[in-house]
Amino acid sequence: MESTDGNDAKSEQRLKSAAVLKSFMLKSSTESKLNLYDHLSRVLMKVMDEHPDNAVDVIEDVSREVKRGLFEDKQSTLRDLPQTTAAELLAEQQRLLFSRPEEADQEEELMDTPLPNVSEVAFYLEQAGVGLGREEMQRVFLALKQLVESQGLPRCRLWGKILGTESSYIVAEAEYREGEEEEESTEEAAEDEERDVEKEMNPLPQSAYKPPPTVPKEALGTGANKFAFYVCKEPGLPWVKLPSVSPAQITGARQIRKFFTGTLDTPIVSYPHFPGNEANYLRAQIARISAGTQVSPQGFYQAGEEEGDEEDEAPRDSFEVNPDFEGVPVAEMAESLSTWVHHVQHILQQGRCTWVNLAVKPGDDSNEEGEGEEKEEEPDEPEPEVGPPLLTPLSQDAEMLNIPPWTSKMSSVLTSQHALAVLRSNLWPGAYSYASGKKFENIYVGWGLKYSGEGFSQAVPPLPQKEYPSGPEITEALDPSVEEEQVLKEALEEEQAAQEEKDDTDDPEEEDDD
Amino acid sequence: MDSNSLFYSLELVAGSGNTLNVEQTTALQTSLVILKKNYKFHRVLFWGKILGLKEDYFIAQGRGEDEMKDKKTLYSFNCMDWMLLAPATDSVIEEVSKTAKGSFVGDPSYVYEHVEIHRAGGRNDAIQEEVVTKVNEESRLAVTVHQIDEEASVVPRGAYLRSPHGLVQINRSFGGLSHSEAGKLDNFLHFSKAKNLKKKSILEMGDLNPAIDFLDVLSDDIPKGSWSLQLECASRVLVLRSLLWPGLTFFHLPTTPQHGHIYIGDGRKNLDLPFMI
Repeated sequence: MESTDGNDAKSEQRLKSAAVLKSFMLKSSTESKLNLYDHLSRVLMKVMDEHPDNAVDVIEDVSREVKRGLFEDKQSTLRDLPQTTAAELLAEQQRLLFSRPEEADQEEELMDTPLPNVSEVAFYLEQAGVGLGREEMQRVFLALKQLVESQGLPRCRLWGKILGTESSYIVAEAEYREGEEEEESTEEAAEDEERDVEKEMNPLPQSAYKPPPTVPKEALGTGANKFAFYVCKEPGLPWVKLPSVSPAQITGARQIRKFFTGTLDTPIVSYPHFPGNEANYLRAQIARISAGTQVSPQGFYQAGEEEGDEEDEAPRDSFEVNPDFEGVPVAEMAESLSTWVHHVQHILQQGRCTWVNLAVKPGDDSNEEGEGEEKEEEPDEPEPEVGPPLLTPLSQDAEMLNIPPWTSKMSSVLTSQHALAVLRSNLWPGAYSYASGKKFENIYVGWGLKYSGEGFSQAVPPLPQKEYPSGPEITEALDPSVEEEQVLKEALEEEQAAQEEKDDTDDPEEEDDD
Repeated sequence: MDSNSLFYSLELVAGSGNTLNVEQTTALQTSLVILKKNYKFHRVLFWGKILGLKEDYFIAQGRGEDEMKDKKTLYSFNCMDWMLLAPATDSVIEEVSKTAKGSFVGDPSYVYEHVEIHRAGGRNDAIQEEVVTKVNEESRLAVTVHQIDEEASVVPRGAYLRSPHGLVQINRSFGGLSHSEAGKLDNFLHFSKAKNLKKKSILEMGDLNPAIDFLDVLSDDIPKGSWSLQLECASRVLVLRSLLWPGLTFFHLPTTPQHGHIYIGDGRKNLDLPFMI
C-alpha cells in the first residue's frame, strides 16, 4: 500500500509540476503577445498536418513559418494600395478643359475670335463621312481653345490627326505671330562655338571632302513654313510646337516610308538617312500633305494685289479672301474638279516652294563686278524648277501611279438639295475636303503616308567604291634573304672597287695635267 | 460589328478617321433587319466599307448557327440593296493575287487583266504562249473580304466558345477583359481557323482552355508589331488597329462584353510593313 501511496504522491507531484510548466508556458510574452504553449501546439499541428521529411531538422523553420503566418494575418488589415488607371489620370488632365472662364471680356471674344467653330466643322465632316467621333471632336475643340488662349495665336485651325503605332497626334495649324522667330537658331550657334573650342584644343586632320551646299530653309511665314503646327497626343495634354521644316527633311521624307510611333523624340531609323527625329519627320509629312491636299472652291481666294512691277518668273505666293465670292453650286463642285483650286504652294523637287539657285554663293551679292566673270565660267547653270502657280485647278493635277488623284461625290443621294460636295484624295488616303456654299474645310486623318502604288521599294545602298588599281608601286615585295643580300653586297663592293681603280688610274693623269 | 450595336459602336471606332454619315447609318439600320429576315441569319454584322475610285462598297456579313463556318458576305452601294458574294475558293484567290493591283474601281464588272508569257522549247525555237488571266472586281472583292477575315479579324479571348462538337458560338457569360488584361496582345485572338496552335510546345499548351483557346493569338503574328494597341475616347476604349491591313479597327470596352471590328479602307494589304516598323 505504501508503495501505491508513494506512487500516487509521485504522480500527483508530477502532474503538479506539469501544470506549473504549462502555466509557465501559457504566460504570454510582453512583446509579441504570444505564448509558448499555443505556439508549440500550432507547430506540432503543422507537423502532423504536413508530415515533413526529417521533421527534426526543419523544426526551426516550421516554427518560424508559424510565427510568420500569424504576421500575415495582421498585414491584411493594412490599407490597400490605390491603383490609378490611365483613364483616371487623363480625366484629371481633361478636367482643366471644362473649367469655366471668368466673365470679364467675353464680348470682345465674340466679335472676332481666332478659334474656329469646330462643332460646325464636325457637323459637316460627319455628313462627309469623316471625323473623330462627336465627343472626341468636342474635346479637341476645347483643347484648341486652350491652345489659342495660352499661346495668343492670331488664327488657328484643326488640321487633322495622324495615327501612330503607340499613340496618335492631333495637329493644329496656326499662323505665326508677327515678328516671331525660331528659338533653335541660337542653340545651334552655341553648339558651333563649342565645336570650335574643341577643335582648337586637339586639332585633327581635316578631310578634303566638302558636302554639297545645303538648300536654305524657307523663312517663317513663307512657303512650306507658312504655318506653325502644334501637336498633342490627347486633348487635354500639353500642346507641343513642331520645329520648322528644312528642304533636306522634305526630300528625305519623300524617300522613306515609316509609321509614326507617337513619341516626338523617336529617332527615325531608315535608309536613306533622315535628317532629324520623328518631330521633323512629322513636320515634313504635314508640309507635304498640306501642299498636296489643301484645296478650296474656285473663287473663294483671289490673287493678292501686288505692285505693278511684278516679275513674271516669281510664282504668286499670296492671296486674299475674295469678298465677292458667291459660292459654287454643290452639284457642280461634286461634278468637276476644275471648280476646286489648291491654295497651298506646291513643293518643288528641291524641297522648297520657291526655287533657290545653289550655284550662286551667298557671299557673291556684295561684289557684283566679279560675279559676271564667275558665272560665265560655270559649266552648267541649273535649270530653275517651277511648280504650278498658286490657285491652280485640281483638274490640272498630274495622274500618278495609274490612279486619278481625286474622287469627288455628293454627301447625300436622297436629299441632294442640302448635300455637300465631298472630295477625297487618292494620293494621300485620309485627306478629305468638303464645300457647301461659302463654307469649306480640309482635314486629314490617317497614317501620314502617301499612296505607294504597287509597292514601296527601299532605296538600295550605293555600290562599293572601286579599289585602288594594284600596280608595282603599291605591290608588296618579299624581303630579300641573307644570301641575296650577300650577293648584292658583293656586287656593290666590286663595283665600288672598280670605281676606285678607275679613280686611281684617273688621278695620276690629273696630276700629270697639273 | 453587330448591326444591333451599330449606332454606338461606330462612334467608338471613329478615331481612325472614317465613319458613316447619318444617312448611311439609318439606311443600314433598316436594310440589315430586312436582310437578316430574308436570308434567315442568326445575326448580321456590318463588316465595313471598301473605298473605290468611283463608288464605295458597303459590306455586311450574315452569321448562322456556327459563327465561324456559317458566314455569308454581301455588298451594296447604297446601303439598301444587297448582293451576295460568292465564297472565295483557292483557285479564285490565286487568280486574283496575280491580276488585281492598285485601288478598287467601284464597278463589280470591271475586269482586271494579267498577261503572262510562258516560254517553251529551247533557245532557238522558243514558242511564246500568252496566258491571259481575267478577273472581275466582284471576285476580287470576295477575296479581299476573305483575306481580311483570315488575317485581321479580332475577338477578345473568351468571347467565343467552341463546343466539343466543334460548334463555335458566342459566349453568353463573357464579361469582358479586365483593364490589365486588355493592355496585352495575348488576350486577343484571330477569329479564323487556327494555324499556329499546333506548333506550340506542350508547356504552353498546358495553360490553354480547349473551349476558349481554339484560336491563334495576335501576339504570335509575324512581323512583331503588326498591331497598334491604344486606349482612346478618354482612355476608356481599347482600340486595336491592324498595320497589315490599314483601315481595320477593333474596339473593346474593358469589363463589358462590347467588342467589334470594322474595316474602312482601300482594300489593299500593306506589303511594305517590314520597312515601316
